[in-house]
Amino acid sequence: MRTTSPNASRRHSAAIFAAAILTVGVAGCGSSDSPSTAQAGPPASTSANPDAGVLGIRDPWVKAADKGMTAAFGTLVNDGDTDVTVTSATTSLSPMELHEMAMKDGKMVMRQKQGGIVIKAKSTHALEPGGDHLMLMNLTKPVQAGDELTFTLTFADGKNQQFRAMAKPFTGAQESYAPGHGEPMPSMSATPEMSMSPAS
Amino acid sequence: MSRRGLLTGGALAAGGALAGGAAIAGTRAGRTGPPTATAADTTPVATVGGLVEPFHGARQAGVATEPQAHASFVALTVRAGVDRAALGRMLRLLTDDAARLTQGRPALADTEAELGLLPARLTVTFGFGPGLYRAAGVDDRRPASVTDLPSFRIDRLQPAWSGGDLLLQICADDAISVAHAQRVLVKDSRPFATVRWAQQGFRRSPGVEPGGHTQRNLFGQLDGTANPRPGAPMDTALWVPDGPAWLRDSTTVVLRRISMNMETWDLLGRTDRELAVGRRLDTGAPLTGTAEHDEPDFAATDADGLTVIPDFSHLTRAHVTDDRLKILRRPYNYDGVPTAEGHADSGLIFASYQADIARQFLPIQRRLADRDLLNEWTTPIGSAVFAIPPGCQPGGWIGEQVLG
Repeated sequence: MRTTSPNASRRHSAAIFAAAILTVGVAGCGSSDSPSTAQAGPPASTSANPDAGVLGIRDPWVKAADKGMTAAFGTLVNDGDTDVTVTSATTSLSPMELHEMAMKDGKMVMRQKQGGIVIKAKSTHALEPGGDHLMLMNLTKPVQAGDELTFTLTFADGKNQQFRAMAKPFTGAQESYAPGHGEPMPSMSATPEMSMSPAS
Repeated sequence: MSRRGLLTGGALAAGGALAGGAAIAGTRAGRTGPPTATAADTTPVATVGGLVEPFHGARQAGVATEPQAHASFVALTVRAGVDRAALGRMLRLLTDDAARLTQGRPALADTEAELGLLPARLTVTFGFGPGLYRAAGVDDRRPASVTDLPSFRIDRLQPAWSGGDLLLQICADDAISVAHAQRVLVKDSRPFATVRWAQQGFRRSPGVEPGGHTQRNLFGQLDGTANPRPGAPMDTALWVPDGPAWLRDSTTVVLRRISMNMETWDLLGRTDRELAVGRRLDTGAPLTGTAEHDEPDFAATDADGLTVIPDFSHLTRAHVTDDRLKILRRPYNYDGVPTAEGHADSGLIFASYQADIARQFLPIQRRLADRDLLNEWTTPIGSAVFAIPPGCQPGGWIGEQVLG
């Protein structure tokens, strides 16, 4: 009993954690008439103008890292009447892949998202630690806290859309994964020190 | 109830909250209320949590803003090697956090996103100490009066409460809103700076007194009666009216941690307490008047020929009539842990805002340090000075005129 229950509860809390993040994203979307957002000024500079592209890209950010891997996150908003599929993402700093986290043989693993990321018509899709994300595979130079990076998304119909994302120091979401199980998440590959160095 | 129903209901309830809050705000400082809610809501609603202070503008918020109930002042020390470019990245990051949280939106990558939804008039004000200008190599852009204060006879300054390169002044009508904003801002500061000190303080909570009241300190005195009135007088006292972009619409703050000796204050009778300040404890009126804002008559004498307001009273020594020479007092009380013997650790985080420290703050401070009856019961134990650079527009960042 004692050997199995910790793992089980760990997975349980991981699921709750992921669900909580998702709920925040959805509530944020559904409550656009709420006082706080009604008070809000124009969209932040890091948000792409939804009119200019295929998708609205809300609250984009990228995890600061000295080297190796990191990831970009945000909420993809599809206001259109047809589904949209993101087939690839690029940036000048690193080769990129579209990734998902999935349960495989009882373990959380990170793997390439087959068929791209589909954003259903009139819906949103969260890219977040512990879920789908845009993976930077091998940085050619450090991503420093406060940097702004430009990304280009390519869609199934061949269209492109650029967005900019600010780099945040971030150490979160490591507790969602049992140490030593599965592939490391981008956030697991970095120690706090890695994203702490101002010079990096 | 459907999910949509829940969300809609929530939005309506919050709208009702805003309408109620707007009514309160209207009586305070004539702030423009949020959009009016037309839906009547019969359930009890919050009146404070959803209220929002603007973040963007020519001047930073949190100075002329009607003081919120809770404040945290956090002073940071810039890490070695952090240069102008790195400071720019830091302030872009912190500006983004502040722009979101003050408007009731979680910060980017906010690990406690739910705590970002109720700003309760949260403001985040950034101050630049002399060390920040040096680290950035832009000392020529430092306002001349933003430099270490001369030492005063009454000072018993402790390094633990003094100095700092970057000030984060976080104010809200709710302590959780302040704590969450502080956590987010300090976390994003860590690659660039260390925490030098933090001071938390409080005033009356919203709804406890009518709007526009003068706060009471823990000696029971009304504190801030002589502030310049909102509008042109306050603008004159606070804001640099012209000059280069990094000075125009800037101001400065002097933060003094002032320990108040509750034990020796206890030894005074009510009359002596009123003589020390020159004002009545109940109304705050000068001893020669009947209402708080009556002009003091320093020449009036009593039957014995003594001035009614003692020449060395706090009121007499601090009195200034020219708006260009006034300071804006926006203090917060602190109340630490009593000693085992029951002696209080109480005092004031004295925050003085003015366009020019040398022109406005220092003359008053020199007169008070020289002779002020209150000095007997108060001791400055911390001191720091910061420029408060101009505000920014959406897409911009605080400090862009200084570091950009």
